[in-house]
Amino acid sequence: MMLLRGIWDSRQARLGLALLALFAAVAALGPFLTRDPAAFLADPLLPPSAEFWLGTTRQGQDAFAQLIVGTRSSLGIGLLVGVLVMSIGSLVGLTAAYFGGLVDDVLSLIVGVFLILPGLPLAVLLAAFLEAGPLTIAAVLVLTGWAWNARVVRAQALALRRRDYVLAAIALGEHPLRIMLLEMLPNMTSIVFSSFIAATMHAIGAQVGLEFLGLGDVSQVTWGTNLFWAVTNQDILTESWWTILPTGLAIALFGFALAQVNYGVDEVTSPRLKVDRAYTALVGQRTGLRRLLTPVVLARSDADRERTSA
Amino acid sequence: MIHLLRRFAFYLLAAWVSLSLNFLIPRLAPGDPASALQLRFQGRLEPEALQAMKRAFGYVDAPLPEQYLSYLGGLCRGDLGISVSYFPARVTEVIADGLFWTLFLSGVSVLISFTLGSLLGAVLAFRRGSVADALLPPLLTFLGAFPYFWLAMLLLYVFGFSLDWLPVRHAYSDELEPGVSAAFVASALSHAFLPSLSIVLTSVGAWVLSMRNNLMATLSEDYVLLAVAKGLSPAKVLFRYAARSAILPSVTGFGMALGFVLSGSLLTEIVFSYPGQGFLLYQAVKNQDYALMQGLFLFITLAVLLANWLVDVAHVLLDPRLRR
Repeated sequence: MMLLRGIWDSRQARLGLALLALFAAVAALGPFLTRDPAAFLADPLLPPSAEFWLGTTRQGQDAFAQLIVGTRSSLGIGLLVGVLVMSIGSLVGLTAAYFGGLVDDVLSLIVGVFLILPGLPLAVLLAAFLEAGPLTIAAVLVLTGWAWNARVVRAQALALRRRDYVLAAIALGEHPLRIMLLEMLPNMTSIVFSSFIAATMHAIGAQVGLEFLGLGDVSQVTWGTNLFWAVTNQDILTESWWTILPTGLAIALFGFALAQVNYGVDEVTSPRLKVDRAYTALVGQRTGLRRLLTPVVLARSDADRERTSA
Repeated sequence: MIHLLRRFAFYLLAAWVSLSLNFLIPRLAPGDPASALQLRFQGRLEPEALQAMKRAFGYVDAPLPEQYLSYLGGLCRGDLGISVSYFPARVTEVIADGLFWTLFLSGVSVLISFTLGSLLGAVLAFRRGSVADALLPPLLTFLGAFPYFWLAMLLLYVFGFSLDWLPVRHAYSDELEPGVSAAFVASALSHAFLPSLSIVLTSVGAWVLSMRNNLMATLSEDYVLLAVAKGLSPAKVLFRYAARSAILPSVTGFGMALGFVLSGSLLTEIVFSYPGQGFLLYQAVKNQDYALMQGLFLFITLAVLLANWLVDVAHVLLDPRLRR
């Protein structure tokens, strides 16, 4: 709850959440309101008009319907991968930090190796040999994406592991899984949440990239396959910008929204950012080397009062 | 020294993992990779050559460990098989042909992006709360959220086709012979401009934010205050005292980001038909050229590992604490 309230306090995060709500609404309701994205409805490559808001594709399909339906499938995969990556990463990170010693060494080594292997070539190899489809893509993205979260969670969990309440729980003979999930995990919600956001952003980008290469199921309608068809049909040569522009803007806007929410999470975890902003707002002075004061963190209610009165 | 040796051992381990993944993935897939290979080259390749290629991929009639040994033997001889899409060229030759252009495009773009981003980040941290500091970070975050190849398509569309200012495909003009002449270098640079710009635009934001946040933390350290109190000029304090330690996390992140940026630039190459590794990857996927895909995976991975080790060396040069 603290985390949610902290996020809501940040102006950037509120903008991000509003955008995310918009995307969620489009993904949930949009496909019921548009035409069939796969149907051949009109002449090829019609420019945007009142009838076809974003024109038609080379195949005479409704580009707007493809964008909306693509939103649902791409966000679905992105969220699925985000949740899986978050869960696997947290579990591995917590296990490594809790048990320490040899377990930590081995797990950290595996995490390090997976971090350093470049994702795209490995994903291409996996996607090429396995059967094409959204679930294959999701599995590939989880496999190439989990390691970063494991490292971030491990670093935070190592600090928690030495806290008194964790030591007390161990002394009481609690089951390790219980300690990890019920004692340690709730105290690192912000880092887990922020790693979920990063994983989802990465998943959307990598998914679009793989599908753009033609490694997805090209008969499905997703953001990535929309762009794949735009390139395959050489829509740039015919200057049909309406098949290219909207999809990319949607991807970027979604990534931007997630980044803004993440900024709010950052402010909760590192008060220095918050203090800086409050200070600038209060004094209204440009700050360079001349301002080398020790920031004083006011209690939340005080800070709020100060900000509104200033 | 011990530090660098330990890192080197780690990269060797990572290299071994990638070699083994390359061996295992085809065998985990549904279907029989050996007969798929046979089918693909039947009638195009001499039977002996086909046998040699199957041996190099470890597709021998033996238990898994022996297949693995056969595969490792093939690797030691530098045999990565024959490419279907560039038949009858060997995979190693095909990759070597595209190598220079990838190194040139990604190398130059990553360096520009890192330098420019870190400098900009330093300026923003120094001028915290200014208009630029309020506007640039969200703008760069927005730019960074675009898929690399999409921004590449946009630039291609606007500057290549609509305005017709810059060339839209290949690495140099078809009318020129590759060589060290002024005309050729100019042509190569003008062909690299748009792809490079799209890579820099999407990747620069991460460096700006990293440098800005690190430097903001460093600027409130006591030793910086001391430097100011000594009466040193702001530029000297900023670059000689604060920035030098603030850039360390960015350098650590550089190795990690390399794989990511490389992945993005591979997709950018496809948009511009730039004849590097990314374009080869695209051809390989389109023609189901598994040998070329596997070769590219191995090659790109090893290149990233090597680059990471070089970053480690740079890190030791920058951070005296690691030099013990």
